[in-house]
Amino acid sequence: MTGALPAVQLNGVSVVYALAGGGRYEAVQPVDVRVAEGEFVAILGPTGCGKSTLLNIAAGLMPPSSGESVIYGEKLAGLNSVAGYLFQQDALMPWKSARDNVAIGLEVAGMARANALAAADSMLAKVGLAAFGDRYPHQLSGGQKKRVALAQVLVRRPKILLMDEPFGPLDAQTRLIMSELLLDLWQADRKAVMFVTHDLDEAIALSDRVLIMSAGPASRIIGDFPIPLPRPRNIAELRGEPEFHRLHALIWNALRDEVRKTYGLTSAGSAA
Amino acid sequence: MSRVKLLSLQVLVALVALGLWHIGSTIPFGTGANGKPFYLLPQFFFSTPGAVIGRVFTMFADGSVYAHLWITLVETVLAFTIGASLGILIGFWFARKPLVAAVFDPYVKMMNALPRVVLAPIFALWFGLGIWSKVWLGVTLVFFIVFFNVYQGVREVPQVVLQNARMLGMSERHLLRHVYWPAALSWVFSSLHTSVGFAVVGAVVGEYLGSSKGLGYLIHQAEGVFDVTGVFAGMVILMIFVMAIDFLVTLIEKPLLVWRPGETKTV
Repeated sequence: MTGALPAVQLNGVSVVYALAGGGRYEAVQPVDVRVAEGEFVAILGPTGCGKSTLLNIAAGLMPPSSGESVIYGEKLAGLNSVAGYLFQQDALMPWKSARDNVAIGLEVAGMARANALAAADSMLAKVGLAAFGDRYPHQLSGGQKKRVALAQVLVRRPKILLMDEPFGPLDAQTRLIMSELLLDLWQADRKAVMFVTHDLDEAIALSDRVLIMSAGPASRIIGDFPIPLPRPRNIAELRGEPEFHRLHALIWNALRDEVRKTYGLTSAGSAA
Repeated sequence: MSRVKLLSLQVLVALVALGLWHIGSTIPFGTGANGKPFYLLPQFFFSTPGAVIGRVFTMFADGSVYAHLWITLVETVLAFTIGASLGILIGFWFARKPLVAAVFDPYVKMMNALPRVVLAPIFALWFGLGIWSKVWLGVTLVFFIVFFNVYQGVREVPQVVLQNARMLGMSERHLLRHVYWPAALSWVFSSLHTSVGFAVVGAVVGEYLGSSKGLGYLIHQAEGVFDVTGVFAGMVILMIFVMAIDFLVTLIEKPLLVWRPGETKTV
């Protein structure tokens, strides 16, 4: 890690949309984000603050209005080919079985089909779906689909993981189990991770650093909190520890006013 | 409701309908003004179920119907194959090139607004009285159904599925094969029964309006000599023909659409 190039650098990246009426809507003010090699960074902010937009810029799915996205020292042009992206919505191909969905990323990269399928099977086993390779997405539950999507991303061994509220649509218990699964897999080969979420507990439990974004429009990064909790972590136990609560209170203090702004509430006495 | 009960009720409907037809056409209902027996369904206009069924059996038994069935089948298959291929090709092209789609949009709408039956005489003039005038009439019917479905299917691939596929390293060529094609195909299959049915319509209407073979020709011939039994027998054979084709389509589409959500059965 020492002296290594950062995995992701967003330098002065801003997002401005042209409105249909001819005006401009500044979604994100110029921001700088830096994710080191092997670092797990959570980006936390109220709904609609543009955190997913930053992720799309790092993925190369959309260009920034200004600034640049630099991946391992090289300016990003086009799609980010060393990154894997776990989407919030269901993004599996419904016409392919779970196994084919996972294998396809390797096949299009030129791997022989038999090898790709073998790799897919072992990845599906790692996410606990060994017996479900033949199922089609519509035959899987929400949590199982997320596991397939996770396997689909991880099987290509991306150097960078981009995750957009990946567990958002799941129920609380499934979320916890998916978070533990993610941490276990990540612990094995620490990739750089940009993890977008609106869940403070999830952000603290998973990451090395939490960035707070202000409410939109013209959102910016208003806080950068290191999470010095030791690894490997047990998420369920972590939530009972005093250090967790101290960090929670600290970050929530910064976040609360932004959440209130989103709902049009005045920040009455931020020193509550 | 149990299968047996349902089936017996369905058979009952057929028996009642045939029975009413039989009674109306064979049992006199008093005497008419001219002193002759009065039938509710005079045989000259309605024939009798027995005669119609007998004629169907005769036509199959003496083998006279097979040549006509074969011609109609060939026309249907050709019309469907050509119409569906053109529909898929042009549907894809329009969906991937919005400018082309925008330019041709009014003309596609105009062509589709035209009742295709009026093309039959023109096609007979252009392609002769052989099978090709019927095939092209069927093509004009099948094409639009498949075309609209492919166009819709390609354009309605969810954005997130596309983005995910791109992030997984797919090139445009990969996308075409692994994303656009299966998406479009599922729409084509969902309209398969309709488009195959229209291929039959094209063939039979074409034959009816001018030909020397085929089921449409059979019916037209019988009508020409006021052979009502022949007309009804032709209609019965046509029904059996279409139902057989529909059954085949169901057999073909089932394994191809396993990935689609259907009703889940518990055991």
